[in-house]
Amino acid sequence: MKRYSDLEFLQLSKWQKFRYRLLCFFLSIPTALKNFFLGIGRFFKNAVLAIGREFKDVAVTFKEGDGKTKLSYLIMGWGCLRRGQILRGLMFLLFEIVFIIYMIFSGGYWISMLPSLGKVGPGETYDAVLDTYVYQYNDNSFKILLYGVLTIFFIIAFLYTWRLNVKQNRIAEQILKSGKRLKSGKDDLRSLVDDQFHKTLLALPLTGILIFTVLPIVFMILVAFTNYDGSHDGFINGLFTWQGLENFRTLLVWNGGGGRSYAATFGEILTWTLIWAVFATFTNYFLGMFVAMMINKKGVRVKKLWRTILVMTIAIPQFISLLYVSKMFAKNGIVNGLLLDLGWINQAIDFWGSTANNGLLARVLVIVINIWIGIPYLMLIATGILMNIPADLYESAKIDGASGWKQYTKITLPYMLFITGPYLLTQFTSNMNNFNVIYLLTGGAPTNAAASWASGNVGYTDLLITWLFKITTGEDAKYYLASVVGIMVFVVVALITLLVYNRLPSVKNEEDFQ
Amino acid sequence: MKEKKTMKRHMGLRATNAISNSVIHVLLVIISIIWLIPFVCIVLQSFRMELTGQVGYVIPKQWGFGNYISLFKTDFTRWYINTFIIALVNAALQTVIVLCMSYTLSRFRFKMRGALMRFMMILGLFPGMLTMIILYRVLKDLGLTESNAVPGLILVYVASSGMGYYVSKGFFDTIPKSLDEAARVDGATRMQVLFKIILPLAKPIVIYTILTAFMAPWGDYVFARYISFNNPVGMNVAVGMYNWLTIDQINKNYTMFCAGGVVVAIPVTILFMCLQRYYVEGVTGGAVKG
Repeated sequence: MKRYSDLEFLQLSKWQKFRYRLLCFFLSIPTALKNFFLGIGRFFKNAVLAIGREFKDVAVTFKEGDGKTKLSYLIMGWGCLRRGQILRGLMFLLFEIVFIIYMIFSGGYWISMLPSLGKVGPGETYDAVLDTYVYQYNDNSFKILLYGVLTIFFIIAFLYTWRLNVKQNRIAEQILKSGKRLKSGKDDLRSLVDDQFHKTLLALPLTGILIFTVLPIVFMILVAFTNYDGSHDGFINGLFTWQGLENFRTLLVWNGGGGRSYAATFGEILTWTLIWAVFATFTNYFLGMFVAMMINKKGVRVKKLWRTILVMTIAIPQFISLLYVSKMFAKNGIVNGLLLDLGWINQAIDFWGSTANNGLLARVLVIVINIWIGIPYLMLIATGILMNIPADLYESAKIDGASGWKQYTKITLPYMLFITGPYLLTQFTSNMNNFNVIYLLTGGAPTNAAASWASGNVGYTDLLITWLFKITTGEDAKYYLASVVGIMVFVVVALITLLVYNRLPSVKNEEDFQ
Repeated sequence: MKEKKTMKRHMGLRATNAISNSVIHVLLVIISIIWLIPFVCIVLQSFRMELTGQVGYVIPKQWGFGNYISLFKTDFTRWYINTFIIALVNAALQTVIVLCMSYTLSRFRFKMRGALMRFMMILGLFPGMLTMIILYRVLKDLGLTESNAVPGLILVYVASSGMGYYVSKGFFDTIPKSLDEAARVDGATRMQVLFKIILPLAKPIVIYTILTAFMAPWGDYVFARYISFNNPVGMNVAVGMYNWLTIDQINKNYTMFCAGGVVVAIPVTILFMCLQRYYVEGVTGGAVKG
């Protein structure tokens, strides 16, 4: 493809410019991906180098250290205790003792079971006393996987602490050598509200995130490689085991059994998810901006009233408004009643049930109702930004004879897009995962008969996220499949973020508009 | 002559302006009506006495408070109290967590800061729905599901709330750092700086965080449904009332749903309208900083 210089680009017609930009975007995808993978490569290279440095440092510390330091390699905190840093020493020692006790009494078991995810499943055993067969539960795959992961986290934490312990010795030796005083326990405590205050502040939030976000995500990624489902729940009705990449094959290979493959269903839902995200994001964006501009216009009265009416709708919990609106469009709902009374239709329209044109009616309606939900937010955001546009820009544009439309495309829109670029991106990705609107409005209806072979009773308005939810409910919940879908959602969202984010003008040249 | 011409142009401009303004006013009235209609309908239908199902008309033929009275014969009161407790505790704890997180990331420059922020951004790209399955099993082991779902839900909401630090970090970024430095020179510790100097200035963002944290549990459906697991004792309003609109229930409970919706929406809306200013500030600030 021919690359234009800036001057040549300016001479192109509008259509050519658009085509050129689009082409540039798509041609840049491979480069962006290449850079991404190179980045990952660099990351791992640096990580390996860093670990190498750590090893070297540990060895050097051992060689040059005194007896206290050397003993600290076995008994953590020994050096600190002997050098008078009682508090630190006790903390290290306590951690080591807890770790060893944990590993002996439970951690070792979880780790050893991790490769098999449980050896003995539930079954009947003969009970000599009662002279009957009793059903017995044995290993629990779910717990093995969960606590196995937790134990690995714990081991990593231990290694890190051990390394810290070694480093402490080295630093203490150097300080003593230079004739200075070591920090006492009192100093340490004081620093927790002063120099090291960030550690105090972050301790609680990060623990929460680690246990309730990171651990579940790691667990669910691992589940994608097992056969964990309703009939292999790991304890009561059967163990689950590692399956390798089998589940990814199920989802991604085109020619599956049962008439239609999972891949075809997945592709269909992904397409609709992307279409939905584009429409939901941009209709809200432009219409919200339009409403904000109308309210902001000079000469429009009771501005506060209009704003208040729109803002009020934000306050009402979504499950009420969405469920209610969904029922308004039901076959015997108010909308049909009104249309029948007016004589505009003779027969109630089945908004949520009509499967004509791949459920086009329901799809359009979902997007329209989403506008109703989204405009108040966008109106608020746009109002704030529009007021910040310097008024003299418009004044001079008016003097030069620019029409209202021209002012909009040359001043308002570029300014808005520049400021809200990152917001638009996050809106797009959160719309892809917009569970509430779809689930509460349609529950995925109308049913997509062709795709129903895939688990979860797929409908035409189902997004990947609602499909994922449907897969995980019910008797034959295929958790492994849900987690493969979840990983695919992550991949798609991450790809879009990666491709768009660095291209955003407000990220590229932060100073332009300021 | 020339003067007359410009005057004419002026009057023409004024006329088009007046026309466009009246068009805008008409449009705004239409928009307001569209936005308000569903809520007006809910209120009207909550007073309908003649039929409890869905009907094709809005204005009741027979008015009465029957739906509100029958509301309190169901588990609704329990769900309401559940949700209220969750919202209150969540508002308190989540605010502490979010403020800790955002203040630290805005003010301190420590070694892992950049990596931490990037890591949390990547975590945020995972669909949160996935973690539900495991959180349910973990909470079940802790005995915090079904009838004990309230503490369980609070735990889940609060524990993961540190991820939503963006808006308040943006706010802290706008408070000049020279204030901190001046206080530090005078011998204040970092903690004193936070409590004596920054927090009093951060009142708008504190109120914004409390408000959003209080409002979120009223609308949560998925997690609450998973964790309460069909046990009416542990449900919140969203889960409980959702069941009133299923196919076999809707004819019995539709007007009661409307009444319940009104009872849920009124306090939340009043609170929101009182604190609207802070909400608008937070939302606009958050979008500008991305």
